[in-house]
Amino acid sequence: MVVRSGLAEDEIDRIFGALADPTRRDILGRAIRREQSVSALARRYAMSFAAVQKHVAVLERATLITKERSGREQIVHANRATVGKAVTLLGNYEQLWIQRAKQIADILANPKGEQT
Amino acid sequence: MTVITTTKDVQNLTLTLVAEFDATPDRVWEVWEDPRKLERWWGPPTFPATFTRHDFVVGGESRYFMTGPAGETPRGWWRIDAIDKPRRLDFANGLAGDDGEPTPDVEPMSGHVTFEAIDSGTRMTAVTHFIDTMQMQTFLDMGMQDGMTQAIGQIDTLLSPAQV
Repeated sequence: MVVRSGLAEDEIDRIFGALADPTRRDILGRAIRREQSVSALARRYAMSFAAVQKHVAVLERATLITKERSGREQIVHANRATVGKAVTLLGNYEQLWIQRAKQIADILANPKGEQT
Repeated sequence: MTVITTTKDVQNLTLTLVAEFDATPDRVWEVWEDPRKLERWWGPPTFPATFTRHDFVVGGESRYFMTGPAGETPRGWWRIDAIDKPRRLDFANGLAGDDGEPTPDVEPMSGHVTFEAIDSGTRMTAVTHFIDTMQMQTFLDMGMQDGMTQAIGQIDTLLSPAQV
């Protein structure tokens, strides 16, 4: 095993499972831009308050967001550290493709593969 | 000069690489079409690839293995889904077992590559789409992660509103 993402596999599954749903991605995107109240979020989607709360709970379990109470409101904040960790896997592929593009450039500069 | 830019879309598990090469689209296409050229860049330097089959036609398949520093030989395959030479290539890239044939329980990644003539040569855009993390991990476990650095330093850019 050469996994160096620094995340346990079940943790990764939770993060990406949470991100697999478009409503949850939208909720997270909004929370990243600024904190959101659950009731304000609920007004945005054509679904019940309870359904929106469920999506928020999934995001919370994946530690992508945190929730805090403010008076009668529940406020949702994005957890930037977790979202950041989630990009690590993609980051590995990014490095791979950058390396590939550089190797392609080398081939184009030296089509016959002679040692330079 | 080769210019390379990348975009990571975490929400859609998509990686986009745009590279501008000082060569015509025909020549850039060749590094995909010619297996001897392809194997000079597909694997990381520590895991060079060898293509034992490369049917570069729609519906055609490829088989390859990479050779790691400890002599391990992880295997993979391609299936060509669309070809418009020298403009566009769609392909699936999956893992193979010791017999070289596709591993049924791991979905392939999908790659969409376009080649566009520009003043300085060719702009190649390679989009890789992943289905889930299990898939991403499995491919990285194949050894391709070897020698790569983590790119977590770019979190702030990634979290900017434009990309989330």
